[in-house]
Amino acid sequence: MTGRVRLLPSGPGALLVEVPSAADVIALREALAASAPDGVVELVPAARTLLVVVDPASLPVDTAANWVRRVAESPDDARAAAASGSHGPAVVVEVDYRGDDLADTADLLGLSPEALVGRHVATEWRVAFIGFAPGFAYLMADDWPFDVPRLDVARTRVPAGAVGLAAGFSGAYPRESPGGWRLVGRTDATLWDPRADPPALLAPGRTVRFRAVGP
Amino acid sequence: MTALRVEAAGSVLVQDLGRPGLAHLGVAGSGALDRGALALANRLVGNPDDAAGLEVVLGGFRAVLDADAWVAVAGAWGPMHVGGRPAWPYRAHRVRAGEVLELGTAERGLRYLLAVRGGIDEPPVLGSRSRDTLAGLGPEPVRAGRVLRVGAEPAASVPLLDEDAAYPPPAGPVTLGLLPGPRADWVTDVALAALYESPWRLSASADRIGARLEGPALARAVVDELPSEPTVAGGIQVTGAGVPTVLLADRPVTGGYPVVAIVEPASLDRLAQARPGQELRFRHAR
Repeated sequence: MTGRVRLLPSGPGALLVEVPSAADVIALREALAASAPDGVVELVPAARTLLVVVDPASLPVDTAANWVRRVAESPDDARAAAASGSHGPAVVVEVDYRGDDLADTADLLGLSPEALVGRHVATEWRVAFIGFAPGFAYLMADDWPFDVPRLDVARTRVPAGAVGLAAGFSGAYPRESPGGWRLVGRTDATLWDPRADPPALLAPGRTVRFRAVGP
Repeated sequence: MTALRVEAAGSVLVQDLGRPGLAHLGVAGSGALDRGALALANRLVGNPDDAAGLEVVLGGFRAVLDADAWVAVAGAWGPMHVGGRPAWPYRAHRVRAGEVLELGTAERGLRYLLAVRGGIDEPPVLGSRSRDTLAGLGPEPVRAGRVLRVGAEPAASVPLLDEDAAYPPPAGPVTLGLLPGPRADWVTDVALAALYESPWRLSASADRIGARLEGPALARAVVDELPSEPTVAGGIQVTGAGVPTVLLADRPVTGGYPVVAIVEPASLDRLAQARPGQELRFRHAR
């Protein structure tokens, strides 16, 4: 990542770090999490950026910037070694693949519905970041080649547990909400529970596998 | 256990100092919009700064306590009555069991922060009793008829003050300090200068999620779509049409509009007290 990381100002308590790709965000987040000094409040990933949130009383943002630069500029293999094993075993999410958009989406991609489901369950996904709603994980994978357009008209009501595709991501709705992702199935997994620790089943960095269930 | 029975409520929310550190799970910080006012009201009745109180927008609030209790109001400035007697904001008051506590229409500022000695004891969610209006987390909005439990007496006594700690919000223009934002180069230099030089007005649509600003359109220098980025409280995002909005406590944790400047944390309490239509001005934060 050397030379390709940009540090952007985000106030006295945060630093926005821009990297070339979503995969770089995941890698940098892991490496930073493995070496975080006191005073780091949290690391918030998004599509191409990572927000490093600090308590400026114990870790000034300039000091945090030096730490981020040092980690980002260390050799890729050293960074990977420092972060290895930090994302734990895969979370398995059981899905009934009878989503309303499965056939149309498979058609768009030039696949049979069975082939699309086969690719979806064969893929090892990573949680890149959470957005849109508490616990709504954006999942990505190096070997997922599909770029799926969002629906032209978003649904006003998507049920909780709906599993969908949009752009290069897969995701699942933690609760009923409006949404424009193409729905390929549905899960009964509890994706968000404020009383659980952690409250999000699919937290950033976790590895996720889908398993087909039902008829 | 002391309880507060709400008899009249317009827009009233339970708020403490929020739930920091959970944005990576999609949860914003939330918490009182005027954090300093909640901390002050709490101190006036001997509570820790982060005890939960009520955030009352504009007024129209009436409640009865079923036991003697200490209360204090900070933030907005307006007519306050305890047992029918006029009472000053920014001071601790002893309310007797059965007496009515009333907050009339604010004359200055927008949000009263009401602290009750012992704090409002609603069940915490993710470590906080704050209502997040976007995510729908925390205690339900407070309506007339709701009975709120008051927590146990804190260790600290009610402090004796020999002078008022009253700083009512200004009636005229409100000046806010700005820091550089991550995407300052996504608007033109002319637009960035206009942000500092133009008078702005707070939109009537401003809420706890964001405060839209009315003024000149800020021309975008980059019109590309920005992949969603994590947000901070105070971030000023600019839409494709050039409309700036200050992101606040209940904001989405990621957003796809470029953030061109950031309202410094010390100025956010003042913004929380600005009323719709009130003039806002920006200066460079030190």
